Amino acid sequence: MGKIEWAMWANEQALASGLILLTGGIVGVAGQFRGWQFAAYAVAAGVFVCLLEYPRSKRSKGTSVERSGQYCFTVCVKAFGPLTRNYYFRAFLHAAICVPGGFMLATVLGCVCLGIASLIYLVAAIRGEHWEPILPVKEFRKPVADSIKNPPQNPPPRPPADMRRKQADLERAAYDNPFSVTANE
Amino acid sequence: MGNWIINHGLTSFILVVWMGINIFLFVWFYLFYDLGDQFFYTRHLLGSALAWARAPAAVLNFNCMLILLPVCRNLLSLIRGSFVCCGRTMRKQLDKNLSFHKLVAYMIALMTAVHMIAHLLNVEWYNNSRQGVYDKLSTALSNLEDTENTTYLNPIRKTDIDKQQIPTYFVFTTIAGLTGVIITLALILIITSSMEVIRRSYFEVFWYTHHLFIIFFAGLVFHGAGRIVRSQQKTDPPHNFTYCKDRIEDWGRIPECPIPQFAGGFPQTWMWVIGPMILYLCERLLRFIRYMQRVSYRRIVMRPSKVLELQLVKNGFKMEVGQYVFLNCPAISQLEWHPFTMTSAPEEDFFSVHIRSAGDWTDKLIDIMQQLPEGAQGPKMGVDGPFGTASEDVFDYEVSMLVGAGIGVTPFASILKSIWYKFKDSNPKLRTRKIYFYWLCRETHAFEWFTDLLQVLEREMEERGMGDFLTYKLYLTKWNESDATHVRVHSDEDTDVVTGLRQKTYYGRPAWDKEFEQVRKENPTSVVGTFLCGPEALAKVLEKKCAKYSDVDPRKTKFYFNKENF
Repeated sequence: MGKIEWAMWANEQALASGLILLTGGIVGVAGQFRGWQFAAYAVAAGVFVCLLEYPRSKRSKGTSVERSGQYCFTVCVKAFGPLTRNYYFRAFLHAAICVPGGFMLATVLGCVCLGIASLIYLVAAIRGEHWEPILPVKEFRKPVADSIKNPPQNPPPRPPADMRRKQADLERAAYDNPFSVTANE
Repeated sequence: MGNWIINHGLTSFILVVWMGINIFLFVWFYLFYDLGDQFFYTRHLLGSALAWARAPAAVLNFNCMLILLPVCRNLLSLIRGSFVCCGRTMRKQLDKNLSFHKLVAYMIALMTAVHMIAHLLNVEWYNNSRQGVYDKLSTALSNLEDTENTTYLNPIRKTDIDKQQIPTYFVFTTIAGLTGVIITLALILIITSSMEVIRRSYFEVFWYTHHLFIIFFAGLVFHGAGRIVRSQQKTDPPHNFTYCKDRIEDWGRIPECPIPQFAGGFPQTWMWVIGPMILYLCERLLRFIRYMQRVSYRRIVMRPSKVLELQLVKNGFKMEVGQYVFLNCPAISQLEWHPFTMTSAPEEDFFSVHIRSAGDWTDKLIDIMQQLPEGAQGPKMGVDGPFGTASEDVFDYEVSMLVGAGIGVTPFASILKSIWYKFKDSNPKLRTRKIYFYWLCRETHAFEWFTDLLQVLEREMEERGMGDFLTYKLYLTKWNESDATHVRVHSDEDTDVVTGLRQKTYYGRPAWDKEFEQVRKENPTSVVGTFLCGPEALAKVLEKKCAKYSDVDPRKTKFYFNKENF
């Protein structure tokens, strides 16, 4: 298990928790449960967690696979600088967000899942990982060399004599010469 | 259209049957709980949320039964072997076991979500009834308790703590609630660690977390033990709810309305899952027994480009072509088993694997082997297998097109060797008359051992005058100017400058249309089997070409596509 980046799993877990929190919150609000205020909070918290966790981090080793359409989210998350880059902060943030979910049955599962995600992020932070945005790489176009602008003045040199003779023998020339090209005629 | 039926018909049929059973179970149990008279009073408290919770429960029972079966690889090998009579289409379905496992898992996840949401509503409404928020009938029903002459309907009995916390308290103090939360949590952890990104990058996390399924099944079996979903029982004299529902004060006082009695249903989940659980237990036991069997090293060879060849001998080991084994080396890791395709033919008295440096485990293994003194035995090795894949079908086709891309060329080492042995011995099992072999790789680095094999085969075929039997083409998909120049300069020599083989190396990717055209032209009436071991993108291309060049007319050429997967 040497080379694992724990943050990748924490990210999947946190995204799932956000969705579960959101679902529990919607059920609590729509069903007008006792303590629906906590459910309403869970809806907001769930959406926030999903938005925060949607953009995947760039991997320190290996190819990163983006989630579809994550570029705009990457830009937003990147804007918060060290707050989103650092996983200690993220771990504590998730731990804090999940607590109000424990006060109502509909959101308890979301709370526990987010708590687990927070623990995995803590492990990632202790191992020194951090969040890197995946940004498109700008390609450098080499400036066009001068020699391209001036077409050659002379025709290309002829191949050496023995190769020309071989081509004629094999009758596999790519083209037919209108006149013979051997040297001694 | 005809080609689609040939290639995908049976899979689609199986999926339709599976989905049909799911839908049937859902609707059947939904109506059972929504219309059954014995649940009239229960429905009065819960509405249709009762049926919405029980119907997915039935679907969950069915799918939890199914999910363990596709991963019993030894059982599948057994079935595969016994299907020899039933045609290759049936056996090909067994290749798709992992896809089916994932599909069933998605269904379990979906039904868990529905089941859980319905039960959240149930618990909330039970709580409200108990608090007396609803009508008189609900309150009266909820007041019934488990005493000598009454039985409860509403499982929530507690009223003296904060009303908002009663549902949470209820869930964590009943068997059903507690097991439900635990197994849902286990399921969520299993699913998040099984996402493709995690699985492909850190197999160990996926594998170890997946063992939470043990907790899942243990909790599942006990989930219904509390019998808290209750239905009305027959009393003597009978309690007619249509008459008695408006005469609550008279319950127990008039003969037509004795106090209604309730009891929970017998838990059924264990009946669904006990069979597969036992089968899976046998599977793991078999793997352990195999691990304990002695494996000795016949030869250990370091090949060029950090490829390790191990020739192993194990008592009673019988293999078929293109099969793979799982290797475990306790010196490196106690619990990890890694799959490797075998590169030897069944006709040989040993089995061999070629292991390439591709990660932690393989690197350590190569390290250990390099430090061994000459002729010494290697570290203890556990071998599980062999397990079958589509390559076993290769001898059934008159004409075979074998396509190996990169590391995917490995099963074909076994196949080519075996075909050659069978050909020399005139084995009647061999229906193959012609083989077209396409080897695609970026560079021959790490496959020099395979080139050697082809050279040997080439020489032997020349000696017997059977040059036509095997046509092979090597495609180097990565090349640069200096390579091209080197080839151009040596283009007149008999053997290829890169591989030393008689047949020349091609550069770039094959033009599949031309290849299929050529095969079709040279074999106008045959059934051609196309076998690929390589990337998904190439599989799609070849599948399309097979469909395109197949003729529905049974007298003309037909291409069947088979894919290996790991």
